[in-house]
Amino acid sequence: MVKPTRITNSIRELRLAADGMTQAELARRLGMTRQTVIAIEQGRYSPSLETAFHIARILRVSLDDVFHYPEGEAEQ
Amino acid sequence: MVRYLGAMTSEEKRAWILGPVAVATYLIYLLLLLLTEISYVPLLVGTVLGSIVLSIVLHIAMTIRGPHEPKDERDREIGRFGDTVGQSFVILGGVVALILALAQGGYFWIANALYLGFILSAAFGSVARVCAYRWGLPGRHAW
Repeated sequence: MVKPTRITNSIRELRLAADGMTQAELARRLGMTRQTVIAIEQGRYSPSLETAFHIARILRVSLDDVFHYPEGEAEQ
Repeated sequence: MVRYLGAMTSEEKRAWILGPVAVATYLIYLLLLLLTEISYVPLLVGTVLGSIVLSIVLHIAMTIRGPHEPKDERDREIGRFGDTVGQSFVILGGVVALILALAQGGYFWIANALYLGFILSAAFGSVARVCAYRWGLPGRHAW
């Protein structure tokens, strides 16, 4: 059984805020397939750190604005 | 089904093809081996070559309509995961073949142990890839 990730992301909201950027456009700029962008948005795939920074850079926000980790998890 | 195929990357389509083709050609091999008088050598070589050709033809047929997308990091990670799952069966086949050779078993059984190892590798590697595409990679899911 695949352990669900506790990392969530706001890629979808940020895409729509960025002039309604499509998944296909984001995928093209990342050099990835649209299916991979869908998998990242749905939390089925955690991208590499480099790709995470690339996504944030394309959406013109910080990494923390794109990916979120629950408060207090690091202390446990 | 056509819409479902359209939503897959080229690599996911390849993952769907690999296992069923390997299993189908192995079943044909077994049927011909048991029901005809043909020697296992041309049968084994024929089904291996047939399996390769069929995989290529099916992959071309399934990807000819959609755009060909290059592999990305997710494809590569899933490919490695599928290879890891599949390799265990190649090793298992090799160990069985080694034991048979040490026990002076016949060439027939050694060749078939190796062949079955390859088939199981392809089948389970394919299942692992498809599961990873559908539900995510185990252990690599939470960064």
